[in-house]
This record gives sequence, C-alpha cells and structure tokens, in this order.
Amino acid sequence: MDYSSILTSGVYGALGPVAIGYVLAAIGLNIHFGYTGLLNFGQVAFMLVGAYGVAISVSTFGLSMWVGVLVGILAAAVLALILGIPALRLRSDYLAISTIAAGEVLRLFYRSSVAEPLTGGVYGLQRFGDELLDLNPVPPGIYEVGPLAFTARDVWLMSVGWGLVALVVIVVYLLIHSPWGRVIRAIREDEEAARSLGKNVYAYKLQSLVLGGVIGALGGMVFTIHQQSAHPDGFDPVVTFFLYTMLVLGGAGRVLGPVLGGLLFWFLMLSFDAFLRELMATGYIPPEILVPSDVGALRLALVGLGLLLLMAFRPQGILGNRREMVLDVR
Amino acid sequence: MSDRNNATAALADVAAEPGVAKPDPILVADNVQRSFGGLHAVDVDHLEMQRGAITALIGPNGAGKTTLFNVLTGFDRGGSGDWRFEGKKMSRLPAHRVAHRGMVRTFQLTKALSRLTVLENLQLGATEQRGEEMFASVVRPLWRRQEREIIERADELLARFRLDHLRDEFAGTLSGGQRKLLELARALMVRPRMLMLDEPMAGVNPALTQSLLEHITDLRDEGTTICFVEHDMDMVMGTSDWVVCLAEGQVIAEGPPQAIGSNPAVIDAYLGKQHGAPPAEELTS
Repeated sequence: MDYSSILTSGVYGALGPVAIGYVLAAIGLNIHFGYTGLLNFGQVAFMLVGAYGVAISVSTFGLSMWVGVLVGILAAAVLALILGIPALRLRSDYLAISTIAAGEVLRLFYRSSVAEPLTGGVYGLQRFGDELLDLNPVPPGIYEVGPLAFTARDVWLMSVGWGLVALVVIVVYLLIHSPWGRVIRAIREDEEAARSLGKNVYAYKLQSLVLGGVIGALGGMVFTIHQQSAHPDGFDPVVTFFLYTMLVLGGAGRVLGPVLGGLLFWFLMLSFDAFLRELMATGYIPPEILVPSDVGALRLALVGLGLLLLMAFRPQGILGNRREMVLDVR
Repeated sequence: MSDRNNATAALADVAAEPGVAKPDPILVADNVQRSFGGLHAVDVDHLEMQRGAITALIGPNGAGKTTLFNVLTGFDRGGSGDWRFEGKKMSRLPAHRVAHRGMVRTFQLTKALSRLTVLENLQLGATEQRGEEMFASVVRPLWRRQEREIIERADELLARFRLDHLRDEFAGTLSGGQRKLLELARALMVRPRMLMLDEPMAGVNPALTQSLLEHITDLRDEGTTICFVEHDMDMVMGTSDWVVCLAEGQVIAEGPPQAIGSNPAVIDAYLGKQHGAPPAEELTS
C-alpha cells in the first residue's frame, strides 16, 4: 500500500481548483442557508450561469474574459431576481422547489441543440481562460512542496483562486458582523419579528439571494476557467448537495465553515478514492466485488451517508456551537 | 397615578357606546373588514383609540381581536377599509412601514430571536440604521458611531427591564416571562408612539405579571399610547383606561372598565344569550 500517494491525492483535491470553485459556491450558499435561512437547492444554477457567462462571452462572441466575468456576475444577479421576486414572497419551501427546478431547466437548456450555437450544446465550450493564464507571473517549472509537485500554471491559478476565497471571506465577515448581517440573521430566526421591527424582510432576502448567487457564480467561473472547458453536465443537481455537505460539515452560519468543510470534504473524497483504487490494484478487493469504474458511484453513496450521519449526530458541523444549535427556534 | 387620572379624565365625558368619537384619537378606523371564505372575522364600522391611553381589546375566543390586530399592523394584508394613524392614512401599508410610522406590535406567541443575543435583539429594533444598507455595512466607519449610540440606548432599556445580566446570552435561553420583557424592550427600541400588545400576559407567571403591568402603565405615563388584547379580566380592569369589546368581528360595546363589566352586551357575548332569566320567547311558547 502506498499511503503517501493516497494522502497526496487528498491534498491535491483539497487545494485544487475544483475545491476552490466549490468552496466559493458554498460560501454563497452559507449566506443563503446559514445566515438568512433561505432554502436554496439550486446553487449549481448560479455556478452554471457564472461559468457560461465567461465561456459564452469569450468562445462564442470573442469578447475579453474580463467582460465575461462581468457578464457572469450580472447573469447570476438576474437569475437571483427572477427566482426571488416571485418565490421569496411565498413560504420558504417554494424557494427550494423553484431553485432545484431552475438548476435543471438551465442545465437542460444549455445542453440542448437549440442553444448549441451559443453554448456548444453537449460539446460545451473550450479555451476561454487564456487571458488569465497569460497574466501568469510565475516562472515556468515544477514547484515541489514535500511530496507535492505543482506546475507554474497550477501555482498561479491556485493563488488567484485562494486569493479570491480570502477576499470573499473578508467581505462576508464584514457583512455578517454588521447591522445588515444582524437583520438577515434575525430573518433566519423569525421573519415576522423582523417585520414588526420595521425591517423590509423581502428586500433583505432578495439582497441575500443576489449576493450568495453572485459568489456562487464566481465559484463556477474559477473551476471552468482552470479546466478551460465548460460542460453542462458538470452542473447537475448533485453539485448542490455536495455544497450542502461541505457547508454542514464545516458549520453552517460560520464564516469559515464552508472553507474548512470544503477542504476536508475534497480531501476525504479524493483520498478515499485513491485508497479504494489502491486496494483494488493490490488485490485486497477482488474484481468480483468492486472494479475501478464503480468507485465514482460508491463515492456518491458515501457522500450521502456522510451527510445523513452529520445531520443526525453533528448538525452544527465542526465550527458550530452545539448549545446554539439546540436552542428552540420558535 | 395622576397620569392615569389624566387619561381616564380625558375619556370621562365620552359616552360608553360602540364606535363613539374620542376627544384626541391617535387611531381612527372605518369599515375595517376581513373575511376568510364566508366568515366575517372582522367587521368594524368605526373605532377610535385615544392618544396616551391604554385601550384594552377584549372579547370571547374567535371574536377577531388578533385578526383586527393583524390587519391594522399590516401583517394581514387581506383586509379592507380605511384607517388613519396620527391623521395619516395607514390602510394597507406593509408591516415594516407601519412600524416606521410608529405603531409597533408584539406577538401572542413571543418571538424571541433565539440565536441572537439579548443585546442583538434590542439593537435590531433601532430604525434608520446606516449599517443596515448592504453596501454601507462593509464600511464600518460609516455606522460605528451610530452603533455605539444604539448599544447605549439598548443598555438603558435592558437595565430598566432588569435584563442586563442576560445581555450577552442567546435569547433562546430565556424563560417565557423574560422573553415577554425582551419583546417589549425590543419594541421600544423602535421608539413607537403606539404599542400594540397581543396578549402580553399569556404564559407569564404571576410574579412577573405585576412587573410587566407596571412597565405598561409606566410607558403610558411617559406618553406612549397602548392597545392590548387580553383575556385576563383582572388585568383589563386594573390597567386599562378604556375597554373595547369585540364579538363575532364587531365592536359590541365600549366604555371605561368599570362600566364594561356590567354591560349586558358584553355579558351576553361572554356567557351566551341563555344565561340568567330565560328569554322571552321561551316564556310565551
């Protein structure tokens, strides 16, 4: 058994661009779910419009990537308004239903042949991140940290990505520890009480939905720009549930909850993956029981089990406070 | 208690009849209606509430007291009619704008914001906060001074309601009575000119009832108009300056507390028409 290769796979996973993208999206979801109490089950839709905002602007229309970033942010804000204006007036379950539906509708539309001239349909769009890669100041070469090795491109993209995470975390921290944050936390606890004290609950919920959605869009951009490829099937509903697992693992309603949860989630996912493959390669698990192509499905099942166990035994996550969690909310 | 006499004195010459005009009304409501399907939950022709007085809203279960509260405060927007607060039209305003106008309500089932601290609950009550705008909120210098003033005011209220030792606890850890006090203190942070209290004594132990009552009369003496819904007749008699009795959505009687207890319409509403002497039809048939 090669334990160090199992661990390094986990570390690559935790630090890599996919994790960064998901962490950003989970930070957005934390604003919705953790702080405002909005049940958004379609965060992946915001990631999708963000990613495709860049991809379509660059690959289809030949615009600058930076214009694409703005387009993606704008698209996420518009999506939040389209979803929020009708659904936020209703009970919270309606938002859950409409967001999960919106995610699927958008994915199916983006991959449809009707949209193919714009989105590339099932083939997706490629090579739209060159502008960011061209800015790379890191001299070419291989950078080794212990057993880990990164290319100059990795170092650059990870610095940009984690830099963006740090920036977003700081902004979220400032927002939450302000009177604005106090209002949205009050809305999470009891909308009517907030309303009775003169707060325009509907407007705050819309602001929260837009803000978290835009952060989700940034997440979508980060990992598609890294992969240089946007593909609709990378945005299926399971992504949102990964985000919830990360969020609950780290601690919802904690500024660093989604960051810690994301790091741990991806570390566990990918090291577990490597562990299983190692077991199969060394023959500890015979091919009659499990073949390498099953690993993906097994991994999904285990994420589900993990989320279940977390909700049952540690709903407050790692950073949460048990005492706070068990307070009766009403 | 001289103020009590002032409020009562101002109402002394007012006739004890439903829909009667008051000398200095803060709230005037006309044709307020709210139906659920075919049921007319509220159907009030005319109602005035005197400024600076404590008006009690009584009535049997299902009389429409809470529904009237919800309609007047903008929490139930399915009602119709016209009502004016301090001379300005307030009908069909959303709840948060009603609060901004100076009419603030509390709830029958207390709504403590559990996972906010007691202090944060109060801070939330302050209106016109610069830092409550999303973009301004990230720039601390824009609201730091205002926040300090708000905390100062909150601390004064916490001391007044003897909640200061719980200042940094989560509101969810408070007892039922403490939550009532918290809700009242929080409502005062809005600087209301009129407080609408929905069953302020429900679920409060007798020891705390007395202190809650004193807080309410003190507020009246400081000039806040108060309207409360209450079942406890002792509280109604001991505290209010004027009583309005609702039954089946309509105002069936109004008057000073001493007069209302003996009002036949009120007794009928509470006890049913069959009490006492048998009705005339039965005698003749």
